[in-house]
This record gives sequence, C-alpha cells and structure tokens, in this order.
Amino acid sequence: MTTGDIDVGDIPHSSDVPAPQTRDRVVIRFAGDSGDGMQLTGDRFTSETATFGNDLSTLPNFPAEIRAPAGTLPGVSSFQLHFANYDIVTPGDRPDVLVAMNPAALKANIGDLPAGGILIVNTDEFTKRNLTKIGYDADPLEDGSLEPYQVHPVAMATLTRGALEETGLSKKDAERAKNMFALGLLSWMYHRPSEGTERFLREKFAKRPELAEANILAFRAGHAYGETTESFAVTYEVAPAKLQPGTYRQITGNTALAYGIVAAGRVTGLPVFLGSYPITPASDILHELSKHKAFNVTTFQAEDEIAGVGAALGASFGGSLGVTTTSGPGVALKSETIGLAVALELPLLIVDVQRGGPSTGLPTKTEQADLLQAMFGRNGEAPLPIIAPRSPGDCFDAAIEAARIAVTYRTPVILLSDGALANGSEPWKVPDASALGTVDPNFATEPNAPDGSDEFWPYLRDADTLARPWAVPGTPGLEHRIGGLEKADGRGSISYEPDNHDRMVRLRAEKIGGIRVPDAEVDDPSGGADVLVVGWGSTFGPIVAGARRVRGMGHKIATLHLRNLNPFPANLGELLRSYRTVLVPEMNLGQLVMLLRARYLVDAQSYTKVSGLPFKAEELQDVFLGYLDGSHPSSGERGPAPQGVDE
Amino acid sequence: MTDQQIAPALGALVDLGLPGIGGLDNVPTAEHPQSAKDFTSDQEVRWCPGCGDYAVLAAVRSFLPTLGIKRENTVFISGIGCSSRFPYYLNTYGMHSIHGRAPTIASGLAITRPDLSVWVVTGDGDALSIGGNHLIHALRRNVNLKILLFNNRIYGLTKGQYSPTSEQGKVTKSTPMGSIDHPFNPISVALGADATFVGRAIDSDRKNLTAVLGAAAAHRGTALVEILQDCPIFNDGSFDVLRKDDKENRLIPLTHGEPIRFGPAAEDGLGTHAVVADGLTLKVVEAASVDPSRILVHDADNHELAFALSRLSDQDLNHTVTGIFRDVNRSTYDDAARSQVAAAKEKGSADLQSLLNGRDTWTVAG
Repeated sequence: MTTGDIDVGDIPHSSDVPAPQTRDRVVIRFAGDSGDGMQLTGDRFTSETATFGNDLSTLPNFPAEIRAPAGTLPGVSSFQLHFANYDIVTPGDRPDVLVAMNPAALKANIGDLPAGGILIVNTDEFTKRNLTKIGYDADPLEDGSLEPYQVHPVAMATLTRGALEETGLSKKDAERAKNMFALGLLSWMYHRPSEGTERFLREKFAKRPELAEANILAFRAGHAYGETTESFAVTYEVAPAKLQPGTYRQITGNTALAYGIVAAGRVTGLPVFLGSYPITPASDILHELSKHKAFNVTTFQAEDEIAGVGAALGASFGGSLGVTTTSGPGVALKSETIGLAVALELPLLIVDVQRGGPSTGLPTKTEQADLLQAMFGRNGEAPLPIIAPRSPGDCFDAAIEAARIAVTYRTPVILLSDGALANGSEPWKVPDASALGTVDPNFATEPNAPDGSDEFWPYLRDADTLARPWAVPGTPGLEHRIGGLEKADGRGSISYEPDNHDRMVRLRAEKIGGIRVPDAEVDDPSGGADVLVVGWGSTFGPIVAGARRVRGMGHKIATLHLRNLNPFPANLGELLRSYRTVLVPEMNLGQLVMLLRARYLVDAQSYTKVSGLPFKAEELQDVFLGYLDGSHPSSGERGPAPQGVDE
Repeated sequence: MTDQQIAPALGALVDLGLPGIGGLDNVPTAEHPQSAKDFTSDQEVRWCPGCGDYAVLAAVRSFLPTLGIKRENTVFISGIGCSSRFPYYLNTYGMHSIHGRAPTIASGLAITRPDLSVWVVTGDGDALSIGGNHLIHALRRNVNLKILLFNNRIYGLTKGQYSPTSEQGKVTKSTPMGSIDHPFNPISVALGADATFVGRAIDSDRKNLTAVLGAAAAHRGTALVEILQDCPIFNDGSFDVLRKDDKENRLIPLTHGEPIRFGPAAEDGLGTHAVVADGLTLKVVEAASVDPSRILVHDADNHELAFALSRLSDQDLNHTVTGIFRDVNRSTYDDAARSQVAAAKEKGSADLQSLLNGRDTWTVAG
C-alpha cells in the first residue's frame, strides 16, 4: 500500500463507495496502554471534530502512574469523545465505537460497549504472553466472546511499520506512530478534516521533522486503510451542530480557568500573582498561567502548598490579585492560611480542582467531595464564598466571578472545579474580551476615622457590602497592622473583649451571607413538574442529559443548577419548598444535600456515587424515573435515549 | 564556580536579574528626616519585664529612620511567638501572620512590590521548627527580604517548652528528664541553605546589632540575622556568659578583611586569642603562640570559612561568633521574576481577545 499520494484533505467519494450514513451523535472511546498516546489521539480527534463544527464533550480517563507496567489493566488509558449535530452536555455514557490498542484496553473497556457496537482492535498486541498477563485464557478475538459486536481486527503496528518502511526509522520508533494510524482510520470513518492534525504534528515535532513526517505517514496510512479495505464498508456523517451564532473554539476546564484568571486581572486592573505547588489535576493551570506573563501575571512555584497560598496572600496584601491553585489535599494544607485570609479580610482566590479522596485518593479521577471542606474546613467560624463551574467553558466565567466577589468583598473565595471539568473539553463560544466588565478595587487612600482625626481604621466597614478598606503598603498615612488575632471592630487593633469578638464573628458571617448572587433558575420546560433535581458543579451535564431523557419519555421533571454554594441564592429556599420532591445527585456521599436540609428544612433526597467517573445519563434517567409519579427505579421505563433529545 | 562566573554563561539564556546591588534601591526615600518616634505605634508594648525583645525593638525603632526610606514603604511581617508581636509596635505597615509562614507571605509581597523594604520577624520555634521549610527555601531563593530571627532557645508564648535551638539535656515543661533533641545551629542552617547574607548579634549589644541590621538592609537578597536574647521567664540568663565579665574571652566579633582576633588586647592592640585553621576545621589559639600568617582573616565572600566559623559556636557558648558571617551578591528571585514579566511584556502581545481565541476557531453563522 502506498500512502504518500493520498490527499486526505479532500476526501474522495467515488461512485462505488456507499454513501455515508448519517448520525445525530456518536461516542468514540480510544483505549490503550499509558504509553500508546491515547490522550493525544483523543485530543486530536477532538480538535478535528471541533473544527468541523460538531458540539462535543470529552472524558479523558488515565492512571495516576505516568507509565504503569506495559500491557497491564492498571496501565490502561482512555479518552472518550461525544460529538453531535445538536448541543450536548456529557461525554456520553457508552461508546458506539471502541478502539482497543491492546488486550488490557479491551478487557478494561469492553463491558461498556453495547451489543452491536463497533470494536476496532489492534491485533498485533494480542500475543499469548500479553493475553496471559491480564488473565485471558483464550484469545477473545477467536473464542467467540466478541460476537455481539462489529469487530474490526486491524494489525495496526504491522501496517504502520509497513507504511514507514522507507523512512529508515527503527521498528520500535515506527510502531510508536500506530496511534496516528488509529486516528487516521477513525478520521476517515467520520469524515473529519485532517489539515489541523497534520499541522499539529509538524509543529509538535518541529525539531525532529523525520518524526513529524512519520506520524503524518501513519495518519494517512490509517486513512487509506479505511478507504481501501473492504472491512469498513460504511462511513458516518455527523452534521455540524446548530449552536448559538458566534466564534467558537475547543477548550478544557483548566485552560478556561487559567484564561479566567488572566481576564480577572484585566477586569480588576490588578496584577495577578499565582502561588502554587504542583498537584494533579490542577498543575495545568500553573503551566498555562506561567505562559502569560505578558498579561502582568507572575507565577511562583512554591516549596509547598502552604507557601503557595502564603505568597498569594502576601501579594494580595500588597495590592495584587493573589491566586492559589490546588486539589483537595492541598486545600487541607492551606486551611490555616485561608483562615488567616478570612481574618485579614483580603481578596484571595483559591482554586480547588477536586479529585477522589480521602488522602491521596484517586489523583486522576473526579469527585466532588470537597464541598464541606471548602465550607467548613477551617478552625473557628471562618465563612467564605464558594463558587463551582458547571462545564469546562464555564470555568472561565466562574474564575472572573470569584475574583469579582473576592475584590469587592475583601474575602478569600474558593472555586471548586473537578477532574472531569479540568481535563474535559467542549466547544466554547469565545467571549468578547471588551465586554467582560470592570471591578474597581477601590483602594483606600485617605484616613477614614469617623471622628475626623487623621487615623486610619482598617476594619471600618462599607455600610452596603460590609467590606473593609484595602490600604496597600506604600500609601502614606494609612500605615496599619493586621493579623490573625481578633481585632477591634472598626479600629482594627487587637481586642480580646468578649462582646467585640461576638460582634466580629457575626459581622464576618453577615458579610459573606450578604454577598449578592444571582437568583437560582429552575428549568422546567413543560411546567408543572413536581420533582426538582438540584445539582452543582460538573454534574450539570449528566443531570440535564438525564432530565432530557425522561422528558423525551413524556415525563415532567425540573432541574436547578447551583453555581453559588455560599451564599446560596436568596430564592433557593422558596424554590425547594415548592416541589413535592427534591433530589440531589452528587459525586460524594451527600454533602450539598446535607447543607440544603440543614439550611432549609426540606426533606431533600440524595443520590450519590463516588466511582471516580462522572454520572451516566442513563443511570440518572433511571434514578429520576424512580422519583416520578407512578414509577419506581425497578419498574420505570429504561433503554436508550430517544434520538435528538439526548445528552 | 561563583555566581559571578556563572552569570555571563547563563545570561544569554535567562535573565538572572542580577542585583542592582542595594537592598533598598527601589524603595522611595523619605522627604524629611524621620525619628524613632515616627516609627512607634500607639500600641502598648506587652512583653514581659526584662524581655530581650524590648532591646531589639528600641534598636530597630532608632535604626529604621537611618535608612532614609519612606515609612509607608516599610513592612514588617511576623509569624507566631512572643517576638512576632513586633509589628504591632512599629508604625509601619505590618502583618502578624500564622506560625512559621511569615517568609511565604513576605516572599509574595517582596516579589510583587519592589518598592517596599520587607522585614520578617520570627523566633527559634517559628523559623526553625514549624517554619523550617519556608526559611530554607526563602534563603536559597534569595528574595529581597530581611529575616530577624530572635533566638531565646525556648518556647515562651506557650509557656516554656524546649525549642529546636535548646541545648540537649535542657529541663523544660515538656522535657522533665532533659531534652533529648539535638539542636539546630541557625547560622549553619542558613549557610547550608546557601543564604547570601548571614549575621548574628546579641540583643544587648546595640552597636553590633545596628551594624548588622544596616548591612542586612543594604544587602540585596535574603538576609538572615540571628539575634540572641533571653527569655527572663522561661530561660532566664541563658546567654549570661556572653554578657558577663568573661564575655570578651567568648565572643568572637567578625570584621570583613580583619584578622579574627578576640579577647583582652594583646601588645599589638588586637585580641589575645585568634582563630586558625586546623585541617578542615577551626580552632581557637593564643595569638602569640602561632605564626601571624596562620591567623585567619575574615572574608564574608568565603562560604566555607563562614560555615567553619558557624561551627565554633556550640551548645555551651564557649565561643560565640558575632557579626557578618557571609555577605555575597547573587541573583535575587524577585528581581529575576520581575524581569521575566517585563521581558514578556516587551516581547509578547497582551491582547486578551487573541489569547481567548487561540489558534483554531470556527464560526457559527446567525
């Protein structure tokens, strides 16, 4: 097979090739060994798909080990991509297409492939040794166990090696490009544009042009294989989605969050200072921000988590927008400093990209079990605002909103992202940078003593927001000392006076409780639902998808998504009380539901799962059906979602 | 290889932000002369009677005006402990933070605000126990801040437990049978962390304390000044041997470029005792008993000599070296961080819209 002369940029349809079948949505999962480049493969397919104009949502799923032992189940890395011709909200429950690069990837993922699904297998790795290693007694390609699926055995390594024969690369180097062969094959099957991938490869391997060409050859070989072999008779088309008009790009949650922090610097007019310590899955925010110094962003990789937040707080004291980024274990370490920031009443943004816990837990998997840590994880009464984005793109807006609250109310703010948002991606309607608004840091410049003297009272509060003045060092006449000891109301000097402490504790709580946040909105298209599903953070997607499914079956169900977790929207209690049933699905053991029940005395129900993976729409559909009139989880309608109304 | 040698080699690759030399170079100067009173806050000082902190506070209050910088551009940040109340008593900007973390807060402030003179006030427990990690990293990073380490070899605020600088065998509330912990030597720790400025003074020796503080302020980079002081309540008289009649036989003051001689004056007017090398260590000898060429001349640029001198001070205080052990120029973290930001601003575009757009966008028509 020659590959060099194929023009993959313009896919030919000769008359003997059957017309592509159309699909509204497709879920593809690439699975292989950690060293097989599955994340890169998935990422490229995502870019091609984004460029093509589908709506999409992705779920990377990889082990914490950088290179787990090759060919083992713990070493399996996968990337799932859901794309559609309409707006979707989840990365999909089950793949329509599974690409398995080795037996371990097959074993770990085949359970998710529905009967009739397409299975593309790299047969070269199905050796006796590899099969035995993961406990296959017989070769599943031969023992009939894969009969329910449309199996396409492809000797990807052999074919890749053949295609690269003339490049002079070693056998080992040549075989490493087999992920691009797989990408080429899938790109052909789904009519993905390939210019972007070729350009990407040329840039990625700019210093090793021979590798760039080898990968491009492998990519084209995969494409040509699909076109010429009779194994794949059908290709599929998924038309571009009809999204809101505008300019779009693909974005991950961590990138959007980093951009949001850059933008927050612009919006507030403050220099941004990030103090951080590497931790999965938050490190990419540090990496991204370290590239944007031109935007007056300083990044500081500290000696530990505590130093990261300490330096950020020091920068805030000096008039910067202090930011620290971490995950749950890091928040635990930072707690004392966050408490100090509560006492100092200085702006500070703490980003917690949640992962599975407790302790080291599941570093690369998602969970939302840090809500109560964010809410209460400090000594004393130490309230602070909490915000959680709902999708990768929403991380951008959430970061700006968190900074607005931090600066306006002089308070630390915790932003709760999670692993699924951080690494997941979606098309993002690029905001107009000139329309992001402004927040005036309103630095103190004059003495403010109520008695008209020339004194400065650092804890004299704004009557409206209860925020204290922010006087930065270098401002003449406003020299003052602040600290973790209790301060006298107004004047700010040390005070151990009992009534003063009681007053200050209540004032700090009142300030946070009084932060103005938008009212909560219920989504109940048909009206008249008596079940309300309340979610927060990344469960937004599966909850909306699950609700669409049950609505598609003719049921009524309402949803409400909480972005502000402290304070809650002012109208929340009233909304909760107006439904017969309130159901709160969470990726923890019921943390939001505990807050809602305690705060509003509603008998909210909880549905929880902590598997390290997002909810599936089908799973929530079944749960929702169980709460609807006249049905029960065991008797409710089940099955695939109706086309076009799905996640 | 010294930093000065490395710099040209690295300079082409990385802007090391080599010191503009003075520690106060970017800090605005005061328009009018200031006095100790200007630096005194309205807060009543609440240390125990006889506490060494009073002497240090008095020295610092009268020292600060001599720097000639604007009061409002002076910031003191402390941790937790008796000495960490220090900022409340100075009419500058200040923060009384949390246990051990002052260097982190001061680092963030110093990196973002080159126009400030940033001081950290800490104690032996604060700096060397709970905050040990931050201390060594601040020192190796060489951020332009000055650390005053008040060492009274005891936990005072928590009422008398042994500290990481308490001598072995010390009986305290938490060590009724005597401490079994081997103590830190703060000067050795700092030099081991490659601190660019390391000095030591005794609280009651105002002249030497002021001289070391002055040199620390003028140093660009992190300066560590260990101040030996007594806790009259829980460790009274712990440094008495360095204050009493025999002190001149114990204290070894250092002056850059001068022979290391101490004790009662000999015929040549210098001290009777001298420090000489003995293999890779140092020892104290009678000056008259050795060839004068063997007597070491202090060189604050010499890291190895500084470390060897720090080892002369043992738990028993038989010989205690004071003055400036080390004072060298090395690129500072904060200057380098700012010059990277400046270089990025000069070179790169700060067009937010183009950042948000990225490289691959598509348009959905209305």
